Amino acid sequence: MSEDKKWRYAFFLGCVAPNRYPMIESSIRAVFEHLGAEILEMEGASCCPAPGVFRAFHIPTWLVIAARNLTIAEELGVDVITGCNGCYGTLRDAWYELQHEPELKKMVNEHLAKVGRKFKGSIEPKHIVQVFYLDMGLDYLKGFVKHKFKDLKVAVHYGCHILKPSEKRPWDGEYENPTFLDEIVEITGAKSIDYKDKFMCCGAGGAVRTAVKEVSADFSREKLVNIRNAGADIIIDCCPFCHLQLDLGQMEANNYYKDIIGEPFKIPVIYLTQLLGLSFGIDPNQLGLIKNHELTGVSPFIPIDSFIQKVKEELL
Amino acid sequence: MSENVEKYIKRKVYKKENSRIAQKFVDAGLEKIRACINCGTCTGSCPSGRRTAYRTRSAIRKALTGDESVLQDIDIWLCSTCYYCYERCPRDIPVTDMIIKLRNIAVEEGYILDNHFNLADKIFYETGHGVPANGEGNKKWRDLRESYGLPPLPPTVHTHPEALKECQDLMKSVGFRDLLDNIIKKKEQEKAEKENEGATEK
Repeated sequence: MSEDKKWRYAFFLGCVAPNRYPMIESSIRAVFEHLGAEILEMEGASCCPAPGVFRAFHIPTWLVIAARNLTIAEELGVDVITGCNGCYGTLRDAWYELQHEPELKKMVNEHLAKVGRKFKGSIEPKHIVQVFYLDMGLDYLKGFVKHKFKDLKVAVHYGCHILKPSEKRPWDGEYENPTFLDEIVEITGAKSIDYKDKFMCCGAGGAVRTAVKEVSADFSREKLVNIRNAGADIIIDCCPFCHLQLDLGQMEANNYYKDIIGEPFKIPVIYLTQLLGLSFGIDPNQLGLIKNHELTGVSPFIPIDSFIQKVKEELL
Repeated sequence: MSENVEKYIKRKVYKKENSRIAQKFVDAGLEKIRACINCGTCTGSCPSGRRTAYRTRSAIRKALTGDESVLQDIDIWLCSTCYYCYERCPRDIPVTDMIIKLRNIAVEEGYILDNHFNLADKIFYETGHGVPANGEGNKKWRDLRESYGLPPLPPTVHTHPEALKECQDLMKSVGFRDLLDNIIKKKEQEKAEKENEGATEK
């Protein structure tokens, strides 16, 4: 570790954050810098590859490409972080399997040798939430809180692969009723509210979104009904693919299921570091919360104006 | 795991031993599938099964007993890999991994949805990303990146052509390109056969 920065991480971008929800990427960068953590670029990284899609096509390809991505961080000599549950699932599961199964590691390294790479297993893949909760700790984060929400009801969505498979995750086997993400959210003064089937999947993963969009949208519909019934002002998540499914998925549910949902959904979906950043006093422009373009058909698809209004009333 | 359980999962539960799929699981080190007692905890925990005809227990049962219709059925592609079945299985079977493996076998036999095939062949293999931002059709996403103060393309394979080539070399080396090319061949054969049938009927 370098002397001037206590924390240094290689930043694995993945696909959905940089290429569809860049506000997520910029807010992660802004918050990490603010917290005194250095982010190193993983030049030439690829898709993780997605655990439910590409692993489902050909497991060896999934493992070899995941291992290649890990070697980029190994060259930088620091742990790799990701803000995506899917990338986390791939990088962490591949890392875990390669650590525990020497035969697999041998197979992977035979392929990697052809491009001059070698998987060593010298670094650990971490989710940014894991960094906040386990590396930095809540007390450290609390030290940066400048503004607190007075009345903001948040539906926290964990997503699946940050929790499961639990033996390959750092949460002591807890997957049925964890609280770490709620605890992080609540340092901002926001209230994490209970809602029915809180830990249910968003419906995007496992190649389902690409297979049958109506099925994906029906997962979201069920979650969104439960979230709306509980009176949430916003949704907070920690995965760009869940984020896409809960944001764009509202439009899809409004379209496919308009006859059964009553009022169309319009719940702002905010990424964890956008909320944290506001509480830390970071410029909302840096957090990707202020629209300054005239583009159409881009994210976020559900307007976040009601949330921004609340920020103005409560934080300023 | 106790010695008895170990013995149980290793013996031939199905005497005819006619399940090619089960054999592939065993070959892949996933012989735990034989420990399934069909209790249905997987199906009961499944958020997809609540809204679709996908029944995890049934898919596993078919795989075990050699009912190969499971490979052609779209149902196995409706699992969102949420891992509840995996976590809650009382026999400790990695159910989600079994479904993933089942999909691998299906793809090997050419059973893959067009959407999935295009994602693998045209997008992942060609760009190195599952959701790319390059190309003419994605200009708005590059503009969106810039509006938030980011470079139009991320420092990934998108801006490192040599890294993309490296990924493609690895995909060739590990057999992914061959797998895709075989599927293309199979699809062409099927198309030709259908056209022939049509011609004879006329």
